[in-house]
Amino acid sequence: MDVAIEINELTRRFGQFTAVDRVSFSVERGEIFGFLGPNGSGKSTLIRMLCGLIAPSEGGARVAGFDIQKQIDDIRQNIGYMSQQFSLYQDLTVWENINFYAQVYGLKGQRFRQRREAVIDLTHIGQFTDRRAGALSGGWKQRLALACALVHEPSIIFLDEPTAGIDPVARRELWDLFFQLSSSGITLFVTTHYMDEAERCARVGYIYNARLIICGQPDELKRFPDVTPEGTKWAEVNCPSTTIALAELKRASFIRSATIFGQSIHLLMDSNEPLASIVKTLSATGIDGAEVTPARPSLEDVFVTLTKKFAENGGSKT
Amino acid sequence: MFKGFGSIFYKEVIQISRDPLTLLLMLVVPMIQLMIFGYAINTNVRDVRTAVYNLDPGPLSRELIDAFQNTDYFLVTESVGSDDELNQAIVAGRVKVGIKIPPDYSDRLSMGRQATVLVLIDGSDSNIATQSMTVSNSVGLNKSLERLIQQQGSEPRPLIEIRPKMLFNPDGRSANFMVPGLVAIILQMITTLLTAFAIVRERERGTLEQLLVTPIRPFGLMLGKLVPYGLIGCFEACTVLTVMRVIFDVPINGSVILLLLLSILFLFTALSIGLLISTKAQNQVQAFQLAFLIMLPSVLLSGFMFPQASMPVVLRTIGYVIPATHFIEIIRGIVLRGATLMDLIFEVATLAGMGVLLLALSALRFHKKIA
Repeated sequence: MDVAIEINELTRRFGQFTAVDRVSFSVERGEIFGFLGPNGSGKSTLIRMLCGLIAPSEGGARVAGFDIQKQIDDIRQNIGYMSQQFSLYQDLTVWENINFYAQVYGLKGQRFRQRREAVIDLTHIGQFTDRRAGALSGGWKQRLALACALVHEPSIIFLDEPTAGIDPVARRELWDLFFQLSSSGITLFVTTHYMDEAERCARVGYIYNARLIICGQPDELKRFPDVTPEGTKWAEVNCPSTTIALAELKRASFIRSATIFGQSIHLLMDSNEPLASIVKTLSATGIDGAEVTPARPSLEDVFVTLTKKFAENGGSKT
Repeated sequence: MFKGFGSIFYKEVIQISRDPLTLLLMLVVPMIQLMIFGYAINTNVRDVRTAVYNLDPGPLSRELIDAFQNTDYFLVTESVGSDDELNQAIVAGRVKVGIKIPPDYSDRLSMGRQATVLVLIDGSDSNIATQSMTVSNSVGLNKSLERLIQQQGSEPRPLIEIRPKMLFNPDGRSANFMVPGLVAIILQMITTLLTAFAIVRERERGTLEQLLVTPIRPFGLMLGKLVPYGLIGCFEACTVLTVMRVIFDVPINGSVILLLLLSILFLFTALSIGLLISTKAQNQVQAFQLAFLIMLPSVLLSGFMFPQASMPVVLRTIGYVIPATHFIEIIRGIVLRGATLMDLIFEVATLAGMGVLLLALSALRFHKKIA
């Protein structure tokens, strides 16, 4: 398999503050790589280094085979970038925005027209070509941004929270587009806060406090021994009044951690304790009819558990 | 190095044409400003409203009042009958000047003795006050001379006659002096502000970062943004100069072509100031405040409002590093004195030097900031 992005001990400091600390991982060609982490953890700084917007303090990386310090021009010609805030010209029409970006990338003549057609077809934005970008809905704005980011046929595209603030239907449609791009061999580097989106990625990396804590396929991460330490198991509790139940369960001695997950509670408990103990604990406080089933950790459980463990170990890598 | 110039230029032109408010701001507002300020700033004083309290029944007091009116400077609008009324007329603002002629005025003069006339002047407007003082003094002096000469029996003609001759602005019209300065100030204000806004707006909306991950080079981006506004600035320079010539009737004594060329030089400096502001300001509000910060000394210290000669050395020195100072010197030189390029070579060289320096500085900062 080709490697699209190869990151090696990449570090960036701003004065005393280290925004990205010795991060290494690689992304394969044609894969959708999900890059997650809390706000301020270093996600944006890492992307900005990969796009050549800022220089690393130490370490290096190759994007599409080019060195991020020495071959910035080659990188720019080969990547697309779509930022979290809509950053196209609201007062230009869809058509003019696409034209503008095609010109910016130096497309000419036959290829110019051909690429313009291609991205309009791909994003289905043809019906809106004469509309001002500012008058589009959130989902269509993102499609236009994607069209502009793809017009020069980049091999890698960076998407910084591409679905933040758009409705669920548009979100799903956008992801369908991402899969289509991925299957045509384009590498997608996506940051997101949505766990369901993370589940859809071929591989995910999780960054916390400037360090990459974990990186791998979602299923692989859920089986990670640190997520389910020896002598513990995961369970899912369905019951009424989940918030009260959560507070009660957190007090129980055999429960290591518990969080609300949709309508249910996800918890990590001692493995020698029967699940029935949970029902007992809850009915003692007046919450009846709890259903407890064994569960696999969700991706969110993985990140929460590892972050906690990472913080307890004083920040050293697991 | 200039990659991206064409595409940015194309985009900028569409954007400008899409924004009718900015377009209006750029094309019409300078003319309106020029009209408003041009008419409002008039330092020529005429027909100052004057009240007279004449206690003297004799003919000589009439003659004196006529002499005051004949200067075209004073216009007697009321006659009053007491000191209180005279005071009241000034306090109420109905008149600026009050003249009180004592009961024995004609008698004393006829006897060859000194007569005293009281002239009350409203000092709240310093320009009118100084001129009133000067003119009333010279009326008194003239009248005294006339009488002295008459008493000597010779012809009523002063022995020494001063014949002042105003070159370049024979009528002493303040418009001829103020409007060219105003042209400079307005050109600077609009051009600086628009350039700063055009770039800061991209930063504010996040489009600047999007551009930076493309192969566009900072110089291409910068020039692509500057050239359209430079062209608009040129158009503006033509319109305000036309307004100056046609509506304010300010004759251009020197070469119009030279004036236009040097206006372009000045625009280039103003654009560079705008660019410099845009490297500092994070949003349009900051850009506006910074532009204002630069505008204020340009108005006050450039010699536009107050003559540089009357400024303390420190302020005068600050005035010299402001581009507007030199352009005002240039435009007044060409318009009023018919100066040629060689006459103005010092100002032109300074202005050009400043423009190049500012552009280099802002280009450097721009490059560092975004690359």
